[in-house]
Amino acid sequence: MENIGALAVLLAFCLSIYAVLGSVTGKLRRNPFLIVSGERAVYAVWFLITLASGVLVSAIMTGDFRFVYAAEVSNRAMPMIYKFTAWWGGQAGSLLLWSWLLSTYAAVVVFTNRRKHRDFMPYVVAVLSAVQTFFLILNTFVASPFQMLAVGKEITAVADGNGLNPLLQYPAMAIHPPMLYLGYVGFAVPFAFAVGSLITRQPGDGWIHTTRRWTMVTWLFQSCGIVLGMAWAYHVLGWGGYWGWDAVENASLLPWLGGTAFLHSVMMQEKKGMMKVWNMVLVSATFFLCIFGTFLTRSGVVSSVHAFAQSPIGKYFVTFLAIGIAATIYLILDRLDYLKSEAQLESVISRESSFMFNNLVLLASCFAVLWGTLFPVISEAVSKEKISLDKEWFNRLMIPIGLFLLILTGLGPLFAWRRTSTDSLRRNFMWPGAASIALVGVLFALGIRDFYALISFGFCLFVAVTIVVEFFKGARQIGTKSQMNFARAVVELTHRNTRRYGGYLVHMGIVLMFIGFTGAAFNKNRVDEMKPGDSVTLGSYRLTLKDTHEGENDNYLWQSAEVAVAKHGEPIGVMSPESRVYKIASGRQPTHEVAVRTRLNEDLYLNFAGINGDRAVIQSYVFPLVTWIWIGALTLIFGTLVALVPGKVKREYARTQVVGITRKHATVEK
Amino acid sequence: MKKYGKFIALVVIIVGTLIWLATAGIKDSQTYYKTIAELGQMGDRAYSKKLRVAGDIAPGSIVRKGNVVEFTLTQEKLNLKVAYDGSDPLPDTFRESAQALADGKMGHDGIFHANKVQAKCASKYEAKPGGKPAPAPTYTSKASS
Repeated sequence: MENIGALAVLLAFCLSIYAVLGSVTGKLRRNPFLIVSGERAVYAVWFLITLASGVLVSAIMTGDFRFVYAAEVSNRAMPMIYKFTAWWGGQAGSLLLWSWLLSTYAAVVVFTNRRKHRDFMPYVVAVLSAVQTFFLILNTFVASPFQMLAVGKEITAVADGNGLNPLLQYPAMAIHPPMLYLGYVGFAVPFAFAVGSLITRQPGDGWIHTTRRWTMVTWLFQSCGIVLGMAWAYHVLGWGGYWGWDAVENASLLPWLGGTAFLHSVMMQEKKGMMKVWNMVLVSATFFLCIFGTFLTRSGVVSSVHAFAQSPIGKYFVTFLAIGIAATIYLILDRLDYLKSEAQLESVISRESSFMFNNLVLLASCFAVLWGTLFPVISEAVSKEKISLDKEWFNRLMIPIGLFLLILTGLGPLFAWRRTSTDSLRRNFMWPGAASIALVGVLFALGIRDFYALISFGFCLFVAVTIVVEFFKGARQIGTKSQMNFARAVVELTHRNTRRYGGYLVHMGIVLMFIGFTGAAFNKNRVDEMKPGDSVTLGSYRLTLKDTHEGENDNYLWQSAEVAVAKHGEPIGVMSPESRVYKIASGRQPTHEVAVRTRLNEDLYLNFAGINGDRAVIQSYVFPLVTWIWIGALTLIFGTLVALVPGKVKREYARTQVVGITRKHATVEK
Repeated sequence: MKKYGKFIALVVIIVGTLIWLATAGIKDSQTYYKTIAELGQMGDRAYSKKLRVAGDIAPGSIVRKGNVVEFTLTQEKLNLKVAYDGSDPLPDTFRESAQALADGKMGHDGIFHANKVQAKCASKYEAKPGGKPAPAPTYTSKASS
């Protein structure tokens, strides 16, 4: 079996190289057979990698511990579902998953475009296959998942494997890596189309139209991956946070920031023919950030909680990134004339300029996060001293950036294209502005003095009101025109232009998430060593330790604390945080099962840190508004799905011509 | 060019603010990565800077004293006594023989006072390159293709 797997990966590697060479030669020599053979190679690669993955997964599921990989990430006692997810529980398997996802994407791209874009599809195939080749080099020669355990020349097995880390045996964590990878890998497709259309100097924005849905689906996967990671950190790691600016977290955020910028700036190209160079740069940058993210997570170049050890795959990634980035820069510079803008910026208060600032700030934040993450590496290169930057540095920079983006979310969609009249500004912004100023006043009167929190709540309300007003105005119009009730009119309105109203829903999701983030300004926590009968007070809660229990089962030893909770003097129940020690082959692994009482206004979060002498160490936290992060994330997912539905009214976004346009036309597509 | 003037001014303001935010107070945010050996050679500088030290947690060295957890980090046969008094709970991965990172300051008492401790996340519980492979007998890994 192991030979079939290893051979399949090796063959896939050869076929990927063939797909690159065959497609390009076929295109240059105008030989359709070669081009088709390149596309067939893509299918064959998918089949081979699927086969290899099947071999690996079945080895893990059946407990074939002759496989080094199976012995490292699984054991016999694990539930079946986690045996399957052990596929991506370690280095070699995750890289194989990367390859498999990429080959799947590539096969889908080739299939859906088999009669479209014939002139530049060979280059799309070539780019995707080149990326595939790189990952197959890793799968075949550097981190092969098909290494066997051997004593001398004899292949042997160990009796049982190490088992997947119990921290990872959690539903959100089981699907977090594939989600993130689906997001990482997906950006290869828009990138390949961009490069293909650039090489062949395609007129128009075909690549953008073709890849719009790809980009959005990919972006959606990335968003889900990031939020799942946050949820996992919050519910499993027991430190009561969801984001710590850790290098691996940053690695997932970087391509998301780039992708978000790209999703916005393509609209400028579609509607105005502007920012063409910029979009090329953005889609390339996002793709390389995806590769870079994989590199950061997998190589351990920056010490983080996730990876200390330097790994040999680092230099392969650096080489690939260097070659890829150099080639892309050359290509863009060589074809600058083809990327000429068709229109110019006219006014600071216009849709164009709000897009521009959105991009500027997203990119700046991307750069800031990158700089902060790589600071240990940069400082070591410059001063021979490895220096890291802490959470506060990131917060100091990213909170203002986030707030600026938040307010742009409200302002941008209400600005007209080209320029906005003061009259329409007053009309559109009077009520949202007044409402948010009133809210800030009320909050200030209630005693909230945190500057950023006040600003954030004010902005959140501002943006929320602008979005609600947009829905309301549009729905009322439709309602009166076609005699519908209001709810149906909202659905009809959204269905007519899913892209615009889906986008508003995504913005609403972001607003809700910001409400959740802002709650962090009011977190409360305390740590106490308590004997049964002791009570402590945290905020409006009174916590009384009633008793501690302990026990053991096949999988772990456990101790739990029974804490009676009262709010404003009223008993509201008993919470039992638990501390476990898993019995795994590589030693004993403690974990903490936190007890969380989730409400819309705040979470009460208890962690049983352990026993010290005869006292239980209980950490208690109050996290105001944190649930809104998850609600916001769901809204964002829903909004993206809405935007993916084809709009009922087919909109041809006619380019506004620069010459001879009357002002009237400029505001048609508001 | 007058209309671009406003854009340029805005861009300069935004970028300038960000650079100011990034550089102001950066000194307080910096943590120096040091090995235990380098720590010994730093002299007086060691007492003033925020430091991050890595090492293996010596078996049997973890002692809880009230809210302080004491343990010893070992790196290339050099030992460093660490006292952790941070408010966050120690991570689940913190245990004897695990690799750990301690952030804090060197005290004049020769004990490293940590306010943050990270331990190696066991999801990467894999053989180090060139190190020993993970589980039992002594075998050599061999690719089967």
